[in-house]
Amino acid sequence: MDHPNTIEAEKLVREFKKGPRAVDGIDLHVDAGEIYGFLGPNGAGKSTTVLMLTTLLPPTAGTARVGGYDVVHEGPQVRSRIGAALQEAALDGLMTGREHLRLQAALQALPRNERAARADELLERVGLTEAADRKVRGYSGGMKRRLDLAMALVHRPRILFLDEPTTGLDVQSRTALWSEVGRLAREDGVTVFLTTQYLEEADVLADRVGIIDHGHIVAEGTPDALKAEIGRPTVEATASGPDGRAELTEVLERFGTLVPSSRGVAVRLDAGEAGLADVVRALDAKGCSVANLELHQPSLDDVFLAKTGRSLEGHGGDASEPE
Amino acid sequence: MRTTADQVLLLARRSIVHTARQPAAIVFPLLFPMLLLAVNSGGLRAETHLPGFPTKSFVAFALAVPFIQGALFATMNAGTDLARDVETGFLSRLSLTPLRGAALLAGQLGGVVALGVIQACFYLLVGLVVGVRPAAGVGGVAVLLVFAAMIALAFGSIGAWAALRTGSPEAVQSLFPVFFVFLFISSMNIPRNLISTTWFRYAATANPVSYLLECVRSLIITGWNGEALLLGFGIVTLVAITGLSLAAYTLPRRLAR
Repeated sequence: MDHPNTIEAEKLVREFKKGPRAVDGIDLHVDAGEIYGFLGPNGAGKSTTVLMLTTLLPPTAGTARVGGYDVVHEGPQVRSRIGAALQEAALDGLMTGREHLRLQAALQALPRNERAARADELLERVGLTEAADRKVRGYSGGMKRRLDLAMALVHRPRILFLDEPTTGLDVQSRTALWSEVGRLAREDGVTVFLTTQYLEEADVLADRVGIIDHGHIVAEGTPDALKAEIGRPTVEATASGPDGRAELTEVLERFGTLVPSSRGVAVRLDAGEAGLADVVRALDAKGCSVANLELHQPSLDDVFLAKTGRSLEGHGGDASEPE
Repeated sequence: MRTTADQVLLLARRSIVHTARQPAAIVFPLLFPMLLLAVNSGGLRAETHLPGFPTKSFVAFALAVPFIQGALFATMNAGTDLARDVETGFLSRLSLTPLRGAALLAGQLGGVVALGVIQACFYLLVGLVVGVRPAAGVGGVAVLLVFAAMIALAFGSIGAWAALRTGSPEAVQSLFPVFFVFLFISSMNIPRNLISTTWFRYAATANPVSYLLECVRSLIITGWNGEALLLGFGIVTLVAITGLSLAAYTLPRRLAR
């Protein structure tokens, strides 16, 4: 029987005692080699979904198959095919990075003569070779996250679960992790299921995005398709002088709906990107003096706003809040 | 490298290395019982003049106490480490490997047992240096080390159960005073038959820790005493079975897979 590196869930539910339904009947299909971004605010049900898909938490109802195996009835087979870096970097502060990887390699039953080489390879890949023999309690947040990722990769899993892998990281560490995740999918064909509360992360990394809110998937598709479905681009113009704002408003409102702008005048274009040329011509014809003109593509936050009536921006504060 | 035995060895090694990297976890269980031994031996030496006191050397009498104290320290440290693994998610990571639950428990306790035996060797060595000669001879020393291992296993399993049940290092540490109360309300400082306060004698007689102490004491002071050995090994086996059963029952819920 063929076991593809896919993730499938049907009507998946997780209900906690005396609590709400953390996950309320979601359907998922993630193709082999795809990076699937699971986007939502804190408490939306992202981590609970990951725990169920990684066999760490039994679903209350519904079914899920990971790598072709049922997460409830074929747990060992699922675990043999997946790697996971959960929300908190699960490391032992008194062990070194190298010891972590060697222990993981041994527990994952890698042949004895391959363990040291595999540990070295992964340490190099995540940029921790120099820190390999230091105790983990001295690592920065970014280093811990990278080691966590390396541990998830020790046994060469075909499916990788990353639960908010970049939360709390600086820009440099975040970019490095994105680069490695992208490489895993592109070069190694690993299927990646990535939860995040960062719009940019989902936009940059994911082939497809699922937006979850209150345990429901409210939108799903490629980032471009989702944005195209919901939002039209916005053009924002800033006048050269203090008196130009009224003129800009008079011209721009002919091309769409005015939206708030802190710097000048912004309008969501009825005609989409194609309307930009007409806007420029109209501004020129009116003799407006424009200091700056920008076209803003719709964001995933626009999608979230359209689907839930709330903005996701500003929700991404404390990632340590349990779901 | 797929057998449970290999997994047990790896985790026991981690447990030992983990302890070795926390100097307080080694120094305190070694030094504190020895300090208490020194203080008690100085202050309570006059007890040896009581009629019916089993030995002329109070150090020989009191040397049994560090075996229990040391095991308690080791147990608390091991339980705290396991609880911290739960708290940090390290246990969840282990859950995602082919590691068997029994191997996890055995590995963790294997480390505790190894440390318990190392501590027992240290206490014996100190005893030899100050002139204590175990009455049961070399064979008695071997039995003493086996008994020390069993005490570590028994108390360690209780610590592991508490760690798995609560997932909180603080909760595990709060058990320590409870264990210590058991130690103090025992025949720790005086043989039960010489305790004049009635309620205390009854309490010490009902307290299983008294029989653990008397088992160790018999090997050091009186030689081979079948009744003391039977009671000591019987009780420690019972505690170990209870602790292991509770820990084994709780483990699958904590592993949550």
